[in-house]
Amino acid sequence: MENITKHPILQIPIRKKIKFKFDGKELTGFEGMVISSALFLNKIKIFGHHVRDGSPQGIFCANGQCSQCNVIANGIPVKACMTPLEKGMIIESCNGLPNLPPLDTPVEVGDPEIIDTEVLVIGAGPAGLSATKVLGDYGLNVILVDDKDHLGGKLVLQTHKFFGSQKDVYAGKRGIEIAEILGTSVMELKTVNVWLNSTAVAVFSDGIVGILKNNIDYAMVKPKYLLVATGAREKMLVFPGNTLPGVYGAGAFQTLANRDLVKSANNIFIVGGGNVGLIAGYHAIQAGIEVVGLVEALPQCGGYKVHEDKLRRLGVPIYISYTVLSANGNNNVESITIGKLDEDNNIIKGSERTFKCDTILIAVGLNSVDEFFQKAKEFNMKVWVAGDAQEIAEASVAIFTGRIEALKILKEKNIDFDENIDELQNFADIMKTKPPSPIKTEFTAKEEGIFPLFHCNQKIPCNPCTTVCPQEQIETIDNLITQLPYFKDEKECIGCGNCVAVCPGLAVTLVDYRKDKNNPRVTFPLELSDKKIEKGQIVVVVGNEGELGEFEIVRSRILPEFPKTQLITVSLPSTIAKKAVGIKLGKTSYNEPIDYYQTPFMDDDIIICRCERVNVGEIRKWIRYGVRDFNELKALTKAGMGACGGKTCTPLINRIFCEEGVSNDQINQGTNRPLFIEVPMGIFAKVKIKKGE
Amino acid sequence: MTEYDVIIIGAGSVGVPTALATSKDNLKTLVIDTLPSVAQADNKHAIGGIRATHSQKSKIWLCQRSIEIFSTWEEKYGDDIWWSQGGYTFLAFTEKDEEMLKNTVKLQKGYGLNIDYVGPEKIKELIPGINNENLYGGTHSPEDGNCSPLLSLHAFYRHSRNNGAEYKFNEKVIDILTKNGKIVGVKTTKNSYKTQNVVNATGAYAKDIGRMIGTDLPVAPESHEAGITEPVQNFFSTMVVDIQPAVDPLFGDSKNYYFYQNKEGKIIFCLTPKPNILGVDRRETSFFLPQIAKRMIRLLPRLKNIKIRRTWRGLYPMTPDGNPILGKVDNIEGYINAVGMCGQGFMLGPGVGEIINRILTDNLSLRDKEIITDLSCSREFCQEEELK
Repeated sequence: MENITKHPILQIPIRKKIKFKFDGKELTGFEGMVISSALFLNKIKIFGHHVRDGSPQGIFCANGQCSQCNVIANGIPVKACMTPLEKGMIIESCNGLPNLPPLDTPVEVGDPEIIDTEVLVIGAGPAGLSATKVLGDYGLNVILVDDKDHLGGKLVLQTHKFFGSQKDVYAGKRGIEIAEILGTSVMELKTVNVWLNSTAVAVFSDGIVGILKNNIDYAMVKPKYLLVATGAREKMLVFPGNTLPGVYGAGAFQTLANRDLVKSANNIFIVGGGNVGLIAGYHAIQAGIEVVGLVEALPQCGGYKVHEDKLRRLGVPIYISYTVLSANGNNNVESITIGKLDEDNNIIKGSERTFKCDTILIAVGLNSVDEFFQKAKEFNMKVWVAGDAQEIAEASVAIFTGRIEALKILKEKNIDFDENIDELQNFADIMKTKPPSPIKTEFTAKEEGIFPLFHCNQKIPCNPCTTVCPQEQIETIDNLITQLPYFKDEKECIGCGNCVAVCPGLAVTLVDYRKDKNNPRVTFPLELSDKKIEKGQIVVVVGNEGELGEFEIVRSRILPEFPKTQLITVSLPSTIAKKAVGIKLGKTSYNEPIDYYQTPFMDDDIIICRCERVNVGEIRKWIRYGVRDFNELKALTKAGMGACGGKTCTPLINRIFCEEGVSNDQINQGTNRPLFIEVPMGIFAKVKIKKGE
Repeated sequence: MTEYDVIIIGAGSVGVPTALATSKDNLKTLVIDTLPSVAQADNKHAIGGIRATHSQKSKIWLCQRSIEIFSTWEEKYGDDIWWSQGGYTFLAFTEKDEEMLKNTVKLQKGYGLNIDYVGPEKIKELIPGINNENLYGGTHSPEDGNCSPLLSLHAFYRHSRNNGAEYKFNEKVIDILTKNGKIVGVKTTKNSYKTQNVVNATGAYAKDIGRMIGTDLPVAPESHEAGITEPVQNFFSTMVVDIQPAVDPLFGDSKNYYFYQNKEGKIIFCLTPKPNILGVDRRETSFFLPQIAKRMIRLLPRLKNIKIRRTWRGLYPMTPDGNPILGKVDNIEGYINAVGMCGQGFMLGPGVGEIINRILTDNLSLRDKEIITDLSCSREFCQEEELK
């Protein structure tokens, strides 16, 4: 089975193996894991074929939104990514339209409950949790709903350490740990009711929010105040092969690997060099999956330089000013073709290169999930929005904006509080500023004693190193969180390693000249092995420009406060001691491109609406006919009228309008309607839906 | 300034097929609509049922012609508008309803309609899986059907444009210009246009246009909600109409509801609330889904497993007797009503469009004259349509 059995950060839980059938074949999965992950465990990535054109369908959002992963479970069409696997389940692939099972025994129907609450918070990610914490601390009655079975939203997928400040946003802790901290503090609040596995499906004009509760029940919640913290969704790209199973978002990948511990791929290629793409690459390596490469269309990665450096040091080739040309393969991704862009964003002829890979992760940015906020505003509800739903930013910002918007609710209720909203907002704005270009780090000429070296080369809002030093010898310039850190050197460094262990960028080393001036000992953080790496082992030392050679470990330790970050010390010649930034456990080799380039499709044949299989050509045809109203385009082509409700194709269609020379102000945007996700009719009538009747 | 032979206000279920008919007859036609594109008011909210089996003869005649147009469209013009001749089935769960339906069938047969009252066995064949507890039977009219409002209207629109009809969108008519009791033009938020003939095809907003010529049209919009499911393999083809009223203390009573499975396999459904919800509110309510889900699952239990994809709300421009208002008025020359379709504008549209064209071209048949008298705005609005 393709499950992850060791992981440097994540605990591997004991999971109960159960048997199930897929298309008649007996397979093994883990009890309670979603069907899609159970199929991936068994290397099944094609879940069915689309009714329109027979194209293979599989995982895309892994988030209950898109219905691409429909399968028939015990006779009933379900979303594989949301339905837990049960013992003995009979699963069939969904080829064409599913048959509605003829279960014709009359059933009892009933009324869903209407529940009044003071505040409804939608989304228990960083924003929703920090907001709920504030509201609960002040004794407000809150219902907090989230569609997942864990508090923390996307934090539970983040195995890396977070940026920001320790005091405000738990910097230096991993996303999974922050989820735990925030989640626990919320669970302790007496006036807060947490509903997990509960998806908000619509905000209605009568002020009621429909909730698919526990995935099987319907509740109608009527809040006095609504806080929307629904996060973001991933953007897609238009390229040939973009709907092949194996092309999906970085978020979907993290769900498979870090939540379900499924080794969903052997070798991935990442499109997009923002933080999401860079981090997904790092997570893949931690999960034992090879990262073949990463393309970034801009001349520089948009994500933090320290994230990029982490990947580069691990030998991942990053192709700057390159874009994806096509995903190749018949039923599955078999390779990717990339090409270099010139200054006008045209592909440079002859620059095309094809790499073998079985998965392509799209990480080209996020869009706010703000439909509920927009609807609630339209319906004159008292509504606030926080986190990515308000504006796309880091999770640390979401923790802030959640707090701010919760305080605004307190203000609305005339409750006194100590915090100053303007100050918090200022800080949130600082955290949101786009980082400037990286700079070249300059190091002290000093070659004696022991001191930390900061390979931190970009002014990003982050300073946990300044708060962990027991000697209080680390500061940022002018004490600003967006400035670079430095070692004050007024008191002696005691070599505790806290700064090395806490740095989210893995960009601090400790250089110790005390024993041997010519061969100082350098300490690095390592979070790539589930086993403790011991003294005497040989590791490869790397700088940001490449490998520096193989060296023997002279000391290895783990600080109790940072249990998943090993501190590895090696002796290095003084000539390279300051260049060395990290270590890896073995040499890595670059993947050579293969000599294969599939003739690209006509641009017009590329699918733009995955749900209804509408291609670019059809959209262009109607734009050229004169269509400027999204609603008219929907009526004509069905694009945006599928299961997902236009979540993926809307921004892509906007780009085609743009390519056709139609400016944004000439376009009428389409109407958004409930439901947010498809819900079985029986749920609204309180019918107990039993599988396998 | 160009003078139009006719200006049609409203590019919807009625206005567009009217423009199709007038442009085909070489009338210089202009259609004006406040919305950004064709069929964006309540046409797109229609679920798509098309039947001739009404209880009022003028409506029967109009819809018979509509069915001809819908059912032959693809063959004649090539556009797939998803026409499907699946029939209509009105169900009787009480003796009283059985008697009422049997009586209407008699009347409808008198107008030459293909309709029968059938027993529960036949109903079970038509609607596999129906809960037949207390089922007396129902009507079945196999020549009725359904069609995509979105696709049909756009097809009519494109063909009318090919015929020379012009359309102005994002433009609101703010006055109808008259001189000595005759229409001379139309004034909009953007422009003025010359014409001697104006057709009011503004659905829910008919009253506002009527006021411009001093007529108080008895048209009042009512709000109904509808929804659509995911597609599944087709398992029934008829429009199911359950005319039993239902009591629902929590979410509101309802008069009836109806649904069918379209060509793509999606089930589209709509409910008539009781009492009527007057007004132009098109914002989705939370009560509709529990209301309709309970009713549909009681009737057809297997629907519990079909996923609902989306819901919406649209307006029924109602008249006191449930019948449309068609034709000229006494006080102003050149003004023609094509309003008050009572939620049946889509199925009436093509038939209405042609008769409006014959009014304009002075080409009325005897039957047309009978229809216009029947549906004139000066009639006594007393005889209520049984199958609204």
